[in-house]
Amino acid sequence: MSNAYHIIVCAGIVPDPLQTLEPIVSPTGPSLKNEMMLPAVLDPWAGHALYEAANLAAHSPGSKIWLVSAAPKAKLQQVMMNVAQKASFELVAIDCPANGFADAHSVARILAGAIQAIPGIDRSRLVVFGGWESASRGAGVTMQLVGEHLKITDQFQGVDQLSVQADGSFEILERIEGGRHLVSVCEGPPALLGWATGNLPEPKNNPQVGMANMRTVMPALQKAKAAPLSQGVRYLSVTPPKQQRQTRIVKDRPADEIAAELLEWIAQD
Amino acid sequence: MAHNILFLAHVDESGKALPKAAYEVLGASVEIAEQTGGTLTVGLIGENVQEVANTVATASARILCVCGLDFSHPRYSTDAAAVEAICRAAAPDLVIAPATSRFLRVMPGVSHRLKAHVDTHITSIDLHDGVLSAKRWFYRQRLEAVIQRDARPWVLMMDSGCHAPWIGASGAATVEILDVPLSAEARRTRFAGIRVPNSDAQTIRPDAKLLFVAGAGWCKKQTDGQTHLPEAESTILQFLQRSGASLGGSKSLVDQSGENQAVLGFMTHLNQVGQTGSTPRHPKGLSTCCHGEEPHVVGWRFINERRAINLDPNCGWARGKADVLYVADAFQVMTKLTALLAEK
Repeated sequence: MSNAYHIIVCAGIVPDPLQTLEPIVSPTGPSLKNEMMLPAVLDPWAGHALYEAANLAAHSPGSKIWLVSAAPKAKLQQVMMNVAQKASFELVAIDCPANGFADAHSVARILAGAIQAIPGIDRSRLVVFGGWESASRGAGVTMQLVGEHLKITDQFQGVDQLSVQADGSFEILERIEGGRHLVSVCEGPPALLGWATGNLPEPKNNPQVGMANMRTVMPALQKAKAAPLSQGVRYLSVTPPKQQRQTRIVKDRPADEIAAELLEWIAQD
Repeated sequence: MAHNILFLAHVDESGKALPKAAYEVLGASVEIAEQTGGTLTVGLIGENVQEVANTVATASARILCVCGLDFSHPRYSTDAAAVEAICRAAAPDLVIAPATSRFLRVMPGVSHRLKAHVDTHITSIDLHDGVLSAKRWFYRQRLEAVIQRDARPWVLMMDSGCHAPWIGASGAATVEILDVPLSAEARRTRFAGIRVPNSDAQTIRPDAKLLFVAGAGWCKKQTDGQTHLPEAESTILQFLQRSGASLGGSKSLVDQSGENQAVLGFMTHLNQVGQTGSTPRHPKGLSTCCHGEEPHVVGWRFINERRAINLDPNCGWARGKADVLYVADAFQVMTKLTALLAEK
């Protein structure tokens, strides 16, 4: 049985986690101060989805990966300079002002439209990957909506493992409460998987892969169409948490005393 | 302003009760219904629902159910069909559901079918000037927002630990069973079990009073120039066993397993706390050998009392992120603490 897949990876970009985030009010709603100046990275969950896609494609000859991303074009180009060295893919770029405050319903509609417009996609081989959540909205909504737009009813979220069985079916592990996994067996494509962290490390940069990717990435960025986002959410306020603790720093105390103090603290109700 | 409110829940793994979070969200739903003068409908999904329905019989609500073997375990296609059927029967303008793993993976999809809008990880539902508003975090607990939507139905999925649970006497509930026909397509996926990850012990305990976080320092060279992984493993496991704490890890520690470095054998990505991990809710947290940088500490947003042990007096915990920082060797302190717990 041929196991060549058409793998779509939906991926957003987010500010580097080490950056300080300060909300401001813009004419289009809330946004981040100096948002266009903040260094961006591929969303960590989407990144895991990409690495898992590359792994699946490597074990399934004839497979192809498309990376579909809706983000400001300039920021996306910056992120692609790094991501392009991680895995082979064809970029499908949509130029839109997506950030954490964008409405997931609008973003999903744009992503689904871009996927449906990819020439030659074979639904019987289609596997849609993406991040289960994200470092921006963190809602776990977008991928499910993309799946519904594409009429994919075999969906899995919080996925940590995908194993292709001998008969072509998928065994999928999804995270559930208490640090456990729900095990499901799906007959095969079409399916949609929102990835948690998976089990794979970040691939090392491969300049050859990067050069090959950039031959298609730059034209894709140049022809990326601008897509306005509709906003169904009204924000009454957006604020960073104000709590700052007065840290008591305990130095030069023997381990016995610290342990006794901790024991007392743990025992308190 | 009256709302037609639908509270949705599924039977838990025992088959005899709702998840704990569901009773909390029912409490919030009842409160909103009272404040708005709205009507409340309860929707239940599971293999058998009568026993569970009896536990909410005195909530004074119409109870709609979808039940049967096909709905005993989580599966997107069947759960979505069940939720859709209940929503169409109840015709609500507000749907409130607990953010359990089962519902989080299906409610947004159903909202598309209902032409509804959905917001997840809601921490509170209130009225602002008489208008329904919800609060949730953005950028992984780094910014908090209050939101409103004009579109209806509006689906709100509320996190656990955010509202007092509904408490009421059990009774004999009258339930309306909805028939949900399923196509062969809906059975393309089958439930194959629940798997506990490879681990010497179950280290993730959501109901524990204490979160114990181990950082990458446990696997680094100690003052003698050597790593002490076996000692680190036994120290941590013994502490967990004696204290009943839940184990969390920093990203730098759990990533080491993927990079084929020496690691703590029981630590997996499921333990990861922080920006790209979980945001657990425990009353207290103790961090060890972890620097307390912002991407990790955002996972501590809902930990009320925080203490840390670190050799670096200038680590992130010292900068207003912990209540107490002990500048000490965690190997020594934790060994002593475990011994004290054993004596107790």
